[in-house]
Amino acid sequence: MEISVSPTLTRRLLGSSLLEALTTPHGVDRYVELVRPAFSLSEVRAEVLAVRHATARSVTLTLRPNANWQGFRAGQFVRLSVEVDGVRRTRCYSPASSAHTGDLLELTAHAQPDGQVTPFLHESARPGMVVSLSQAEGDFALPDERPHELLLISGGSGITPVTSILRTLCEEGHDGPIAFLHYARDERDVAYADELRALAARHPNVRLLHGYSRRPRTGELTGRFNRGHVRAAGIDPIAAQTFACGPTALLDAVRGTWAENGWEQHLHVETFTPAIVPIAEPGDPATGSVQFARSGRAAQNSGASLLDQAEAAGLTPQSGCRMGICHTCSCRKVAGSVRDVRTGEVSDAPDELIQICVNVPVGDVTLDI
Amino acid sequence: MTTTAPPQLTREQLDAFGRELDAIRERVTADLGERDAAYIRRIIKAQRGLEIGGRGLLFVSFLPPAWLAGTAALSLSKILDNMEIGHNVMHGQYDWMNDAAVNGHAFEWDSACPSEQWRHSHNYMHHTHTNILGKDRDIGYGVLRMSEEQRWHPYYLGNPVYAVLLALFFQWGVALHDLEVDRIAEGKSSWKDKGAMLRAIWRKGRRQALKDYALFPALAGPSAPMTLAGNLTANAVRNVWAFMIIFCGHFPEGTHEFTEEETAEETRGEWYHRQLLGSANLTGGPLFHILSGNLSHQIEHHLFPDIPAHRYAELAVEVREICERYGLPYNAGPLTKQFGSVVKKIVKLALPGGDDRPQQPPVQLASSPRAERQAIAA
Repeated sequence: MEISVSPTLTRRLLGSSLLEALTTPHGVDRYVELVRPAFSLSEVRAEVLAVRHATARSVTLTLRPNANWQGFRAGQFVRLSVEVDGVRRTRCYSPASSAHTGDLLELTAHAQPDGQVTPFLHESARPGMVVSLSQAEGDFALPDERPHELLLISGGSGITPVTSILRTLCEEGHDGPIAFLHYARDERDVAYADELRALAARHPNVRLLHGYSRRPRTGELTGRFNRGHVRAAGIDPIAAQTFACGPTALLDAVRGTWAENGWEQHLHVETFTPAIVPIAEPGDPATGSVQFARSGRAAQNSGASLLDQAEAAGLTPQSGCRMGICHTCSCRKVAGSVRDVRTGEVSDAPDELIQICVNVPVGDVTLDI
Repeated sequence: MTTTAPPQLTREQLDAFGRELDAIRERVTADLGERDAAYIRRIIKAQRGLEIGGRGLLFVSFLPPAWLAGTAALSLSKILDNMEIGHNVMHGQYDWMNDAAVNGHAFEWDSACPSEQWRHSHNYMHHTHTNILGKDRDIGYGVLRMSEEQRWHPYYLGNPVYAVLLALFFQWGVALHDLEVDRIAEGKSSWKDKGAMLRAIWRKGRRQALKDYALFPALAGPSAPMTLAGNLTANAVRNVWAFMIIFCGHFPEGTHEFTEEETAEETRGEWYHRQLLGSANLTGGPLFHILSGNLSHQIEHHLFPDIPAHRYAELAVEVREICERYGLPYNAGPLTKQFGSVVKKIVKLALPGGDDRPQQPPVQLASSPRAERQAIAA
C-alpha cells in the first residue's frame, strides 16, 4: 500500500526533533531504512533505476539519488559505496550525464581486472538496488563561467567526466567550438560511442575524433596522443580550455605537450587510475610517508605501527590494549596499503576502518587522525 | 577464590596453546563476509521490529494483554539491543563491514551508559586485564565484594542488598562504572577530573529517561500510566537479565583470579590462558544464546572478543577440544547452576573471611603459569 503524503511533509515529520527524541539513540534513519533503504535524513543514497552494458567491460547505472543530493558540476566525481560480500567498498566514479538532468544521475564503470567494486556492479547491479554516494567532489569541473572554446581529451574509462562536460554544454546550447579526442582499444570499447555521435551530428560546433590502439586505421587519429592530434582537432590550445582525463600515460603526454608550449594554465587534468605501489614483503625497508589528514601532519614511514608513528608525530590518538583486542584505536584509513602484523595480510581498500596498533604502513598511507 | 588449582603447563605448551587459538582467529577472520553481515542485520531488524511493535502495543495498554505483550516485546528489544547488537558491535566485531550502522566507534545503545565510556571500561579495561585484581574493575564493579582477595570491610555486610540494587538499576550502574567512584572516595582520583564524563552521562541518561519515562507515556494519552509502567518494567527486565548474564561470565565457582605481578609480562599464550581460566560459559539453546548476546560463550568471547559473537557456538567445539588436549578446565553449566554459585559467593563474601592477611598484597598463585615458569627457571 502506498500512502500518498507529500514527500516534503513526510521528511519534515521524520526530521522533527520529536521523532529524533523518540528514536534516540539510533535515530530516524536506522528505522526507516529497514523498509525504505534509499531513505536518509542526511546521507546521500541512490536507487538503481536501470542497468545496461554498453560495452563488454562496462556497466552503466542510472541512479535516482535521495533528497540529500545537492547535484554536481560537470566533470566532478562521486564516491560510490556498495556492499560486496558483507564489506562496504567505495570507489570514485564521474557521472557521465549532463549536470542538468536534475533528479537522475548516470554512472559508467569500467571493470578493472583487480578491482572489487566495478566487477561487482558489472555482475550484480540490478534495478532496485540501493547504493551510497558522497556529494560531488573534485576541482576537475566545468567553470561556472563557461569557456567559449574547449578541447576535451579522454582515454578509456576517462570518457565519463568529459562526456558530462560535453552533454552539459550541448544542453545549454553552447555555440563555441568543442573538440573531443578519445582514445580506446577499438570502437566496440567506447561506452558512449552512439551518444557522442548523435551529439556531434546535432551540434555542428562539436567535433569528434577517435584514436584506436588495436585497430588504428578505423579512427580519425593515429598513434598515441601527440601535438599533431591537437592540430587535427582544429582548436587553439591557448584560446581554449582543455580538459583531459584518462590513464597516466595519456595524461603525461598531454601535460608534456602543454608544458613544452607554455599552455599549462589552460589545462585541467584528472587521473583515473591510481599509481600502483608494489607491495613490500615483511622485512623490506619501510618506504613512503604517513599523512595524518585531520591534523594536517605527516611523517616518514618508520616501519612501526601506525599508532606508534602517530604518537611519534606528536599526536594522541585514542588507544587501549595496543595488541589488537579492544578496538579503541580503530580509525579510518583514507588511502594506502597497510599490513596487519598479526596475520601479515595487506589491505589496500580506501575508506576502511583499521586498528592502528596492529597495522604498519606499506608505502604511503593517509589516516583520518 | 578458586578451589581447584589450574593444571600446570610448560612455557612451550602455553606457546603451542596460543598458536592454536591464533590459528582459529586467523581462519575465522579471513572467512568473515556476507553470512555475518546478514546475521547482524537480521538481528537488528528483529530488534527494531520488536521495539516498534512493543511501543505500539503499549499505546493501547489499557487492555491488559496488550500491556503484557508490549512490555515483553520492549524487554526483548532492549535485551537484543544491548547484548547481541550493542555489546558486540561496540567490540568492533563488525567493523570490517565498513558500515556506519554497525561501526564500533559510532554505535550508541539503548542504555543510560554512553557507549564511549563503555568502550573504555569494558573493551579496554576489562578485556585486556580480565580477572586481574586491582586492574579489572568488573570484579565487583567497585560496589560489591566478589573476591576473597578484596579486603573485607563492614560496608560489605550489605553485599546482597547492593547486588539486588545493582541488578535492578544495572544500566545506571554501568553508566557510572567508568567514573570509578570508589577511587574518588579513596582519594585516588577526584570529581574535578570527571566533568566531561559526568556531562556525557547526564546527556545520554537524560535522553534515555525522557524517551522512556516522559515522551512515550505522554503520547499514549489514556494509556500513559500503563506505558510508563511498561517502559519501567522493560528497562528493569533488561537490567536484571544483563546483570545475571554478565555476573555469570566471571564469578561462578571455578573461575580464577590473577595478580598484577603474575601477569606483568604475559606472553600471548598466557594471555589466552588467563582469559580461559577467568571466564565461564552458560549452556542452553540457540535462543538463549542470542538473548545472552552470545555472552553465554564467555570463554570464546574472551579469547576472541572482536570476532562476531554468533560464531562462538561453532568455535566452542574447537576450543573445548583444545582445552581437553591440554588438560585445561572448561567451565560451563546451565544458568541456574552458574548463577546459583554467583549468588552464594555474593552472600558468603558479605561476611569477613578468606582474606587472612588484609594488610598485604594478594598472594601469588603457586599454580599460575608465571609462577610455574619462574619455578622452572629457578
